[in-house]
Amino acid sequence: MAMPMESPISFTNVGRIRWWQRGIFATQTGYVLLALAVLLVIMHFASPYFFTEGNMQNVAKNFSFIAIATLGVTFVIITGGIDLSVGSMMCFSAMITSMVMTELSAPGSPAGSLFVHMAADGKTVIANVPGLILLVSMLAGLGVALVAGLVNGFCIAVLGLSPFVTTLGMLSIVRGLGYVVSNGRGSFPGGPDADYFYALTSGDVLGLPVPFIYLVILALAMAVVLHHTSFGRHVFALGGNEKAAELTGIPVVRVKIEVYVICALAAGLQGIIISGWLGSAPANMATSYELNVIAAAVIGGANLAGGIGGPLGAIVGCVLLEVIRNGLVLAQVSSYWQQTLVGVIIILAVLVDRIRSRMT
Amino acid sequence: MAGQATIEPVLELTGIGKEFGAIRALHDVDMQVFPGEVVGLMGDNGAGKSTLVKIIAGNFRPSHGEIRFAGNAVHFSRPVDARAVGIEVVYQDLALADNLTAAANVFLGRELKRRFGPLALLDHKAMAARALELFGELRSETRPGDLVKQMSGGQRQAVAIARTRLSNARLVMMDEPTAAISVRQVEQVLGLIHRLKEQGVAVMLISHRMPDVFAVCDRVVVMRRGEKRADKSIHETSPEEVTALITGAKEAA
Repeated sequence: MAMPMESPISFTNVGRIRWWQRGIFATQTGYVLLALAVLLVIMHFASPYFFTEGNMQNVAKNFSFIAIATLGVTFVIITGGIDLSVGSMMCFSAMITSMVMTELSAPGSPAGSLFVHMAADGKTVIANVPGLILLVSMLAGLGVALVAGLVNGFCIAVLGLSPFVTTLGMLSIVRGLGYVVSNGRGSFPGGPDADYFYALTSGDVLGLPVPFIYLVILALAMAVVLHHTSFGRHVFALGGNEKAAELTGIPVVRVKIEVYVICALAAGLQGIIISGWLGSAPANMATSYELNVIAAAVIGGANLAGGIGGPLGAIVGCVLLEVIRNGLVLAQVSSYWQQTLVGVIIILAVLVDRIRSRMT
Repeated sequence: MAGQATIEPVLELTGIGKEFGAIRALHDVDMQVFPGEVVGLMGDNGAGKSTLVKIIAGNFRPSHGEIRFAGNAVHFSRPVDARAVGIEVVYQDLALADNLTAAANVFLGRELKRRFGPLALLDHKAMAARALELFGELRSETRPGDLVKQMSGGQRQAVAIARTRLSNARLVMMDEPTAAISVRQVEQVLGLIHRLKEQGVAVMLISHRMPDVFAVCDRVVVMRRGEKRADKSIHETSPEEVTALITGAKEAA
């Protein structure tokens, strides 16, 4: 029942916010992007190798190796939570994937006989259905991530435990399980589908590394989900004012569980991709990657207090970290400086944001 | 009032009581609110106003008594249940997400969507247009696309009130809506209460500000020490009498 308007409202009292105080220009992501552009120009003059095709491919591949997990953790950070278990999750998913793959590819074993048979020469193992082993093993790897994400979400949303403590516990649990199932040894993706596996995880399409292509697709999907679906809106509302979100009838518990599941799945996928590039899934793989991932998200503008963040920021953060690492190598500076510099940048990015919000 | 005796009350409380452990917050409160009626709920801090409002809004269950809404007995276990039957609350802290736009806050939890095949995407245009319309009705200079973070107290109030206009609520409870806003915006909020009344919406105004209550209310209910001490037509009482009832200088009326 719309009531008739007596006259259209005028905005005599309320000025329109200037374009440079709105949208991307008013965000940390905006000026970190600017800083990145400046850094790229400096790198171009500092090293003739920087903008070569090979190096660019290298950079694109390297930052894609943490960027997908960063997208996932950004979801959690926007709700005002944190997920410290992403590094362990990467390792565990990768390990389960390659172990299941190896298991299913052994012609003698009971599971393997369903999936493979021996060729006539008695040496070559042939898949019954090409690609099926790959599919099943990847689903297994993502399945364990799904379970871990559900447990995280349940503990945080239903039992009300703190996200920091819960995911710190999960970091240890998942890493421990990785050692248990592998007995501390690494596992290797093998069998007739291994070629598909390597093509899907570390191949190139039209000169672009495939992890980079996945990243772009997932980032676009995330942008749509965050800004054009009610789920995304609820994720932001949760980080902005959890009490308000609850009072307006948003299913807070469900949204929270969903973001932790998304985060765990992203980490799992990331781990599987990294293992394809490494050619193995060692038990100590991706140790302390959670710190890089969270650092990248925060540098890119995700606010640990919740309510702010996005895929562009996550990627910009990852690119900035990788360009610095790459730049230090090209400049022949000891790579040990990298970690120190990353720390300085985290503090600088947050500091500049604080100064900017004080000024407006 | 004789005229309203034939109309069914939208909200009817009978013998409502609430205990928190050994503390008796409410005792035997009877109350009726009719459609199109504005009831002022007054009382000092700790008189039981907020507890009563929270019981009606579904935040607490009453320890005793019955709530009937539009003739039916209702039992709310969550605020969402109360909202589902048509009870809206404008909270004092307004319950807004600062990091979202005005339009997003108005539509929070009931976003308008358009279907694109299997996807249901937000209909930003329709929500902004409807929000602008609601702000227009409230005579509030609020742009739907502005972030709540950057808004004045009055604009925030407008956003919170616009939210109740979205659903066709039959009872709107306002907790101190005029406490933190400018004189001009108090006028606007009181104007809005009149508009709700014209539409047949019942309004409960919880306020400390005597002039506001006497400007818009048809009836005033005074609470003291968890009990209802007065329930009078505004024409039959005076600010002096209400003040006396609130402070306890006069026991009941």
